[in-house]
Amino acid sequence: MTFKFPSDEWIKALMEELNRSPAYAEAAATWEGDFYFLADIPGADKPAMLYMDLWHGKCREAFLVTDESAKTPAFRMSATLDVWKKVLAKKLDPIQGLMTGQLKLKGNMAMVMKSVKASKELVEACTRVPTEYAA
Amino acid sequence: MWFFKSPEVVFGEEALGYLERLEGKRALIVTDEVIVGLGHADRVRRVLEGAGLKVEVFDRVEPNPSLETVQAGAAAMTAFQPDWIVGLGGGSPIDAAKAMWILYERPDMDPEGINPIEILHLRRKARLIAIPTTSGTGSDATWAVVLTNTAERRKLGLGSREDLPDIAIVDPSFVMAMPPRLTADTGMDALTHAFEGYTCVYRNDFSDGLCLIAARLVFNYLRRAYRDGTDVEARTKMHYAASIAGMGFGNSMASLAHGLGHSLGAVFHVPHGRAVSLFLPYVIEFCIRGDPGTTCYGGLARFNDLPCSSEAEAASALAQAVRDLQKDLEQPTTLAACEITRQDLEKEMVLLVFNTGNDSSTVTSTRIPDDVEVRRLYEYALDGRPIDF
Repeated sequence: MTFKFPSDEWIKALMEELNRSPAYAEAAATWEGDFYFLADIPGADKPAMLYMDLWHGKCREAFLVTDESAKTPAFRMSATLDVWKKVLAKKLDPIQGLMTGQLKLKGNMAMVMKSVKASKELVEACTRVPTEYAA
Repeated sequence: MWFFKSPEVVFGEEALGYLERLEGKRALIVTDEVIVGLGHADRVRRVLEGAGLKVEVFDRVEPNPSLETVQAGAAAMTAFQPDWIVGLGGGSPIDAAKAMWILYERPDMDPEGINPIEILHLRRKARLIAIPTTSGTGSDATWAVVLTNTAERRKLGLGSREDLPDIAIVDPSFVMAMPPRLTADTGMDALTHAFEGYTCVYRNDFSDGLCLIAARLVFNYLRRAYRDGTDVEARTKMHYAASIAGMGFGNSMASLAHGLGHSLGAVFHVPHGRAVSLFLPYVIEFCIRGDPGTTCYGGLARFNDLPCSSEAEAASALAQAVRDLQKDLEQPTTLAACEITRQDLEKEMVLLVFNTGNDSSTVTSTRIPDDVEVRRLYEYALDGRPIDF
């Protein structure tokens, strides 16, 4: 079974993947911060938006956002759909993506800089979700 | 997409004199008390004053500069309002100068949040000159900033491409009096930069040549510089090797030996170059046991006239060449030789493993160790067992 990215089913599949990952649980044991992940879809008038509440090594909540004001997350990561495809296929290292501006991140950068391993395990979990694309 | 960045490098005899043509009003020299005691700060001050600048000195940078020191230096900058900042010393003063400069320009920033992702808009107030007084750190040619969170006993690998020095003065006269142990520690740091810049996953065609040349210079000249500090040619070549290696790894990345060495250094206070180079042969042996086709030891071995009929042979030859050099330089090759006991190591292992895993250098390794493997790397390095896993 595959999950269409970006969608409510996909982000919930990622939540399950994270919550059964001991490596993520250990690496993110002290992480406190929720995310909006934004994907610019060709032809769409606004980006698709996914929400994840990441807390002490677990994902407490995840859903497709229809109302941006529903949450005020600590972090916002955005990219075009093409860039997300490369990240999820492991063709673009997310750190390189961030450093070259292909991936954009807003939030408390001190927290991010101290949580390299949790970030890596989060991306690893993303790549384990069987994914197909709308476009 | 990737980047190549370099300062304007002024190298060779009398390179410091280049600063006589500097245009500006005020310069703050960021350094430490040892450098002041050696007369280097006064020497630089005279040149800057000759160029018509008003000069002040901040000399309170400690080895492995803390977040608190960086904030104190930034406050000194805010009070003095320099349009030039001069980082003078080894890696600690130069890294500290970069971080202080960032906070001077961006007082809203948390020093622990200095990152390569955001655009900082530096150079609205000042520009940066780096003058290395050791031959190893390469900090004069990179945008890397290593600070220490003393409360958490953790080194932080930070930096922004914008904090690369505008000018690097690579003048060998500053290193002619380095004592042998410092020569060895810093020279091995340069070798580790060259090796890791060439072998990490961010290696690229622009940085490879620099790393290769730097490694060859270290192999050819470090022994001479260590044995005879008056060997001007060896001193000069080693000084160049450090900056060239800096440019090399600064445009790719450091890797696992740095991840392990940073963690070790923050807990056990082993000098940076000694710590990272101690792990280098172990890391080579670890990475060659990773996925086939991921390493590139052959090119590095070939360029240094070492056996390289296969990646495995090249890795083995490189690890041995590093160990031979460590032996000739009377450097420790084990944690035990750094006076770390098994009990010490066990007591701190959880912190060491956690910090290694979260070091930005660790994730650029061709083989990223999990927590169990990090633990074993420390255990093997304790008594010098070759890596067999």
